[in-house]
Amino acid sequence: MFDYIRNFFVNLGTSWTNWLNSFLPEPAVTVVNFLVIGIILVMMPVIATLTLTWMERKVIGRIQNRIGPNRVGPWGIFQAIADAVKMLVKEDIVPDGADRPVFNLAPILIAAGAALLWAVIPFGRGMVGADLNIGVIYLVAVGSITTVAVIMAGWASNNKFALIGAFRVVAQLLSYEVPMILSIAAVALIAGTMSTMGVVEAQQVPFALLMPVAFIAYFVAGSAEVGRAPFDLLEADSEIVAGYFVEYSGLKFGWFYIAEYGNLFAISAIATTLFLGGWRGPFSHEVPALGPLYFIIKTILVVFLLMWIRGTWPRFRIDQMLGFAWKVLVPATLANLLWVAVILKLPVPQLVQWVLMLGGNLLIIFIAATMLGRAAKRYAEAHNLNPASSAV
Amino acid sequence: MQQLMFIVISAVTLISAALVVTTRSLFRSALWLILTFFGIAGLFILLHAEFLAIAQILIYVGAISTLIIFAIMLSRGVMDPNARRFNDQWGLVAGFAAVFFVLLTAIMTRVPWQTTMAPAPMAAEAIQLLGRELVTPYAIPFEVASVLLVVAMIGAIIVARERES
Amino acid sequence: MSLFTNPVPLTWFLIVSAALFCIGAFGALARRNAVGVLMGVELMLNAVNINLIAFWRYVGVAQMTGQVFAIFVITVAAAEAAVGLALIISIYRQRNTVIVEEIDTMKG
Repeated sequence: MFDYIRNFFVNLGTSWTNWLNSFLPEPAVTVVNFLVIGIILVMMPVIATLTLTWMERKVIGRIQNRIGPNRVGPWGIFQAIADAVKMLVKEDIVPDGADRPVFNLAPILIAAGAALLWAVIPFGRGMVGADLNIGVIYLVAVGSITTVAVIMAGWASNNKFALIGAFRVVAQLLSYEVPMILSIAAVALIAGTMSTMGVVEAQQVPFALLMPVAFIAYFVAGSAEVGRAPFDLLEADSEIVAGYFVEYSGLKFGWFYIAEYGNLFAISAIATTLFLGGWRGPFSHEVPALGPLYFIIKTILVVFLLMWIRGTWPRFRIDQMLGFAWKVLVPATLANLLWVAVILKLPVPQLVQWVLMLGGNLLIIFIAATMLGRAAKRYAEAHNLNPASSAV
Repeated sequence: MQQLMFIVISAVTLISAALVVTTRSLFRSALWLILTFFGIAGLFILLHAEFLAIAQILIYVGAISTLIIFAIMLSRGVMDPNARRFNDQWGLVAGFAAVFFVLLTAIMTRVPWQTTMAPAPMAAEAIQLLGRELVTPYAIPFEVASVLLVVAMIGAIIVARERES
Repeated sequence: MSLFTNPVPLTWFLIVSAALFCIGAFGALARRNAVGVLMGVELMLNAVNINLIAFWRYVGVAQMTGQVFAIFVITVAAAEAAVGLALIISIYRQRNTVIVEEIDTMKG
């Protein structure tokens, strides 16, 4: 019994397959299993939306010294369900002059993009939808579907705010894709593989400790990719109403909402997988059933960090945001990539390599921080700002 | 199964490609172009070139299509939705393209290709092999390609920059 | 049920690629809008890529030459798209048109 629990999830899968085998032919079992895994993975953004919206409102409420939702159910945990019901019964409006097919396709595509990400995220040892050996590039490539969907929504809405929002998305996603790929490339370099399972297996030490630069860059680029504060210029409500999805209502708006929280959860899960050791943790080798638990805990911690930033950070201006990507993140991640590549070729023990990587990374962070500080000071002097009141 | 998938994927690719060149609205054209790129990525997967398929989506869908849509949006002011799609020589060009296609097909079906159905290398090994070949026998083209990219990037920035008058 | 069991012959890929190339050529030569011309060129480059990968799979699977060349084609296509679109935007700013026929300053 203990052995069964120890590797609970994999054993559950085996039992399920055996049970199916007892009355279905072999190909049908494969099809059924694919369908079940597919449905579970597609449900991930929905589950993320239902849980994370509540969590976000509570966390931000606390940061802003409020209680947050507290009416529906104990501690307001059914607030998300109430919101979902409200959304479902709303009228579905298509604006005049909208490009109808494109307008209707965009929400579906954006939700599909959010769901596709989950195919390669390993929840535990042997628990992954598809162990692609190009998993980490797949993650970036799937992200481009989101870009396309956002542009479609912005264009088809026939609304200038939506179009400006879409413009901002293009600029933002394209700029932040570069540091994201560069930081992921460093991970693939150390791990010696691009499969997400392989990356987790290779992390005897979480890569965040070896390459803080890559981790921070991924974290920042990730929050920019999902368009969360402080990078929420694409839907900055005080400037362009709600950006690309301003014309959407009802269930179609719901798809955007689901995609947003699905992507938030996915970005955190990817950060966990690539930099925080994924499902690794104390005793995770002896008791593989602990793996998914560690994975979820780490992911939720990253999500919390993102919410914390959202609750406390003011929004960037668009030129500042693009400048930050091109002038800070890209050089830093490039330097990190080169440094890691050189270190990996040095004929020294692994421990020395690790120390050297960390040292080089800290140096990069120091240089970047110093230059940023100087730039901020110059900016403050040029604009006659009091440095004390304008922390950049 | 392979043949069936091939037929479906190539039908999607070709139909959407035809729509790319004939659709009146350029924005829709660009969307069909994206579907074409996905279809081509599907063909690459059928050919066991998974890395190329992902690179195709990443670069064509993620970057090039986005750039094209950006250009369409930036120049939308002059786009008259009822403007003619084709220039005066389109009939001639269509005939030429059709003849060229028939010619190519005739040649390709007649050549006795020396095909070997050797099993494709495992995807993981294929990527390693690809990486190694890129930096050993093809090191110079690889470097030239990166120089080309840098030159193109700088050139694009300079050409598209708004001049302050 | 040969549709389900037989492998795809090389010729099929070549025909699809030829068709794609011709569609692209038509687009590049017949479209009036410069962005449309560029899209046609992209289709032609993609047709070449299908050919390269198909020959890699069916003729020279031992070496990666086909894939390497396809990567170079993608690189060149990316550079071409960047410069081409920059030119189009620049022309649009100066002459307020993206119709190829109206960009005829060089005409003698």
